[in-house]
Amino acid sequence: MQKFSLFFCLLCFGIVYSQNTISGKIVDENDVALEKSHIHISSKSTNSKKDGSFIIRNIPNGPAKVLITYVGYKPIDTIIAVNGNLEINFKMKQKNEQLDEIVVKHKNNYFNHSVSEQKIKEKTIEKFSSQSLGNLLKEVPGVSVLKSGNTVVKPVINGLHSSRVAIFNNNVKLEDQQWGMEHAPNFDVNAAGKITVLKGASALQYGGDAIGGIVIIEPFSTKKDTLFGKTIMTMESNGRGGTISSSLHKGNFCDWSWNAQGSFKYYGDREAPDYTLSNTGNREANFSGDLKYIGKKFDFAAYYSLYSATIGILSASHIGNVNDLYNSINNQTPSVTDDFTYSIKNPKQKVQHHLAKLNYNYYFKDGQTLALQYAFQFNNRKEFDLRTGVSDSKPALDLNLLTHTVNADYKLSLDAWDFKSGIMGLYQNNTANPNTGVRPLIPTYNKFDAGVYAVADNHLSEDFSIEVGIRYDFSTIEATKYYLKSRWEERDYSPQFDNFIAGDFGTQWLTKPTFTFHNFSASIGTQYSFGEGFDWYFNLSRAVRNPNPSEFFSDGLHHSSGMIELGDLRLRQEKSNKISTSLQKKWEKVKINLNPFLNYIEDYMFLKPVGFETTIRGAFPVWEYQKTNALLTGVDFNSEWQISEHWQHRLLLTYVNGRDKTNNDAIIDMPPLTLNNRILFSKKEWNNLTLELQSEMVFRQTQFPDNNFTTNIIENGDFVPVEVDISTPPPAYHLLHFTSDFQFKVSEHSLATLGFSVFNILDTPYRDYLNRQRFYADELGRNFQIQLKINY
Amino acid sequence: MKYLNTAKTILLSATVLFASSCSNDDNGPVNEEEVITTVTTTLTGGGQVITLTSRDLDGDGPNAPTITVSGNLTANTTYAGEVSFLNETVNPAEDITVEVEEEGVDHQVFYQLPTALGTVAYTDLDLNGKPIGLAFTLTTGNAGTGNLTVTLRHLPNKSATGVAAGDITNAGGATDALVTYPVTVN
Repeated sequence: MQKFSLFFCLLCFGIVYSQNTISGKIVDENDVALEKSHIHISSKSTNSKKDGSFIIRNIPNGPAKVLITYVGYKPIDTIIAVNGNLEINFKMKQKNEQLDEIVVKHKNNYFNHSVSEQKIKEKTIEKFSSQSLGNLLKEVPGVSVLKSGNTVVKPVINGLHSSRVAIFNNNVKLEDQQWGMEHAPNFDVNAAGKITVLKGASALQYGGDAIGGIVIIEPFSTKKDTLFGKTIMTMESNGRGGTISSSLHKGNFCDWSWNAQGSFKYYGDREAPDYTLSNTGNREANFSGDLKYIGKKFDFAAYYSLYSATIGILSASHIGNVNDLYNSINNQTPSVTDDFTYSIKNPKQKVQHHLAKLNYNYYFKDGQTLALQYAFQFNNRKEFDLRTGVSDSKPALDLNLLTHTVNADYKLSLDAWDFKSGIMGLYQNNTANPNTGVRPLIPTYNKFDAGVYAVADNHLSEDFSIEVGIRYDFSTIEATKYYLKSRWEERDYSPQFDNFIAGDFGTQWLTKPTFTFHNFSASIGTQYSFGEGFDWYFNLSRAVRNPNPSEFFSDGLHHSSGMIELGDLRLRQEKSNKISTSLQKKWEKVKINLNPFLNYIEDYMFLKPVGFETTIRGAFPVWEYQKTNALLTGVDFNSEWQISEHWQHRLLLTYVNGRDKTNNDAIIDMPPLTLNNRILFSKKEWNNLTLELQSEMVFRQTQFPDNNFTTNIIENGDFVPVEVDISTPPPAYHLLHFTSDFQFKVSEHSLATLGFSVFNILDTPYRDYLNRQRFYADELGRNFQIQLKINY
Repeated sequence: MKYLNTAKTILLSATVLFASSCSNDDNGPVNEEEVITTVTTTLTGGGQVITLTSRDLDGDGPNAPTITVSGNLTANTTYAGEVSFLNETVNPAEDITVEVEEEGVDHQVFYQLPTALGTVAYTDLDLNGKPIGLAFTLTTGNAGTGNLTVTLRHLPNKSATGVAAGDITNAGGATDALVTYPVTVN
């Protein structure tokens, strides 16, 4: 029974589905495929193919009887719990042997059948226990990161980020002020059990505006009827700190079950190879937990998670005006390098994200499921700056974002058809605290969204399926914003937007900008399996994204970038038309996945330099949100090669090219070509030892717009014009990383894994094009890491 | 169905509970606290009082500062200088000079003009014995025209080479104010 309980435990991660496909492979104990073995599940049956593989569709939820027979082998006769698509490999033993063995490889919960989904497994997530979500997602080809320093890390999918990437935690879209380039996702990786990355907006049940992609995070859960847990401790030399994460899981096949998980992070100043990166420490305290009741026909769950972080912002990145920026760029060393300290001074960010949700699933007899969900989110972001005459404890920005979401989703499986449909409603309120003494960059607003979708999926044959989806979204936003009258005039908003004016406050207008949008999005795609181990995916999708508050309303100075950022009320929705295809091929020892794409975005919104404004602090370049037609093309590639029993090679390649078609120029901030080569050695007999050497090659971005400008500096009391080079990308760099771990038994029921890693082994100084602080300082130097994981 | 009803109740009460958190933002714009709108430099010497003012009432807004200079300087004369920083977006105006003085160790004012026109020397000190630059002397040279630039730096490296003598090159820090006045020495 031991093996079967383990089996149930592995089986039951994740969301519950009703249309279930069970596939897998039948092999003998020497892993040789058994052709024409007979597989019987519930009322359906099939025979395995030449390579031992089989597939059975439309198995309803609930317990299913499995009977597998093959002449000369002991039959496998068991019951499995089905509530999702499964891939199960059955290992049959010859009749003279004693035991049957079932090996569960992994479960496939497809979010869209026509795109190749990229998954990150629990083992990888654990290795990134001390890191940010952005860095973890870099494990997926096609994902890069946009950083502000080293702790604020945002994922970039196929060249797109921020509002264009939707992050779903436990089926709830994170509303954490994701519009800002220096706002990292408010999520702790330790709360994730499995992560799936979908490039593009093809999975319409998750919204129609994720032009870049969708990140789906599912928490860990189990139905094994025991109590168990794990603790991961990570110590790091760079930052001289660590992370501790603990979780406890009480599983149950039915009735009550619960999970609880908490983590802490504490780091001081990070170090570049040649100097301390002053004020780059961070702290985090996070919690997540759920309580679930599983009945015969339904389940009900309550979930809560808290993310709470304090993040120091590099002292040297706080600049006053364009002359300071010029000095930083030209000096190539940070203007402030103090001794190492754990304390975090201003500038810093303090963010908190609460997520609470209730959900209820009901399973009808004939393959229908109804899911209801309510989610509450509260996000508070405080940014502290260096200010004269104002207490350090008073934030310069204090935004409170409150979001309520209601979802109702229905699913139906009928023979070769899968159908899903649902509605969504969202109410959001943002409050900009007026007691900061600084005009808020993002105004107070109320927003209401409603959406409805339908997706149908037809398996024309075992090897061929088509999926079609359509979605409609309604959105209305009403903001309350004070505009300087001089800005209102400079923006040329009169008379077009004079109807928004609601009050006259001397030098400022009180305005109530209100906008309503009706958006249609659609996706059509197909999956085809052919030949020997070939899989081909093709997807065509159209997605529409509304301007976010920052694109509409930005109006003021960004201290970290030394620029004035201006939104534009005239902006309209951006429309993405994406073709994505991927070809997968499995040989005996090699697996490859090639994924080219083309994304044509109408009215793509981006920041463009438009001139200068002189203020009492000196001159500042002005960047304005504008729209253009953009064409993004690229390719992601990854391969796995089992060189021999113990040696493996992996390759990840990410390439994207962004063109501004209207102005015939390059698009700014496109990730450069990246090549990631890994050689892995593993040996089970030696305590599951694994050793991995990783080579990370990042090429120089050669496609970039020239946004350089000229400013005056004073030499010997006279003005001298100089060029401020904000455009030229930093040179290519190459880094080597080493990771290793092995397992050992602590006690009868407790297994431990000890890992040792070195990042940036050669202590190479480098700067990254997609780091907003590349003007001020180098990236991190060498980092030694020790990680201990204990399962109990 | 018992559980469905429970779920409904919880859902409804949660919606009612949280949907009521609204705020009224129509009570007037934010009081801007740290904004410097006006930098006034006063030079007293040779029987004259010359006032140089740069005023930018819309702060980070699009309008450029208005610069006024009350008169010309006399050649080869020593002037006692003073500088003040005001926030005139509030009524009465807030005097930020006081805060610069209080946080003297974290601030320094720099003066730049062509050496032929004149030289500047500090006449005040912070708690560490380094100059703040709120008080200074300007000794004019020969006749000519040029620009006097006044820069207020926040968190400069006051120990860096030349900084105590008024050389901004190695000062670092962030610029809180930077104004330029055209000057004529007769």
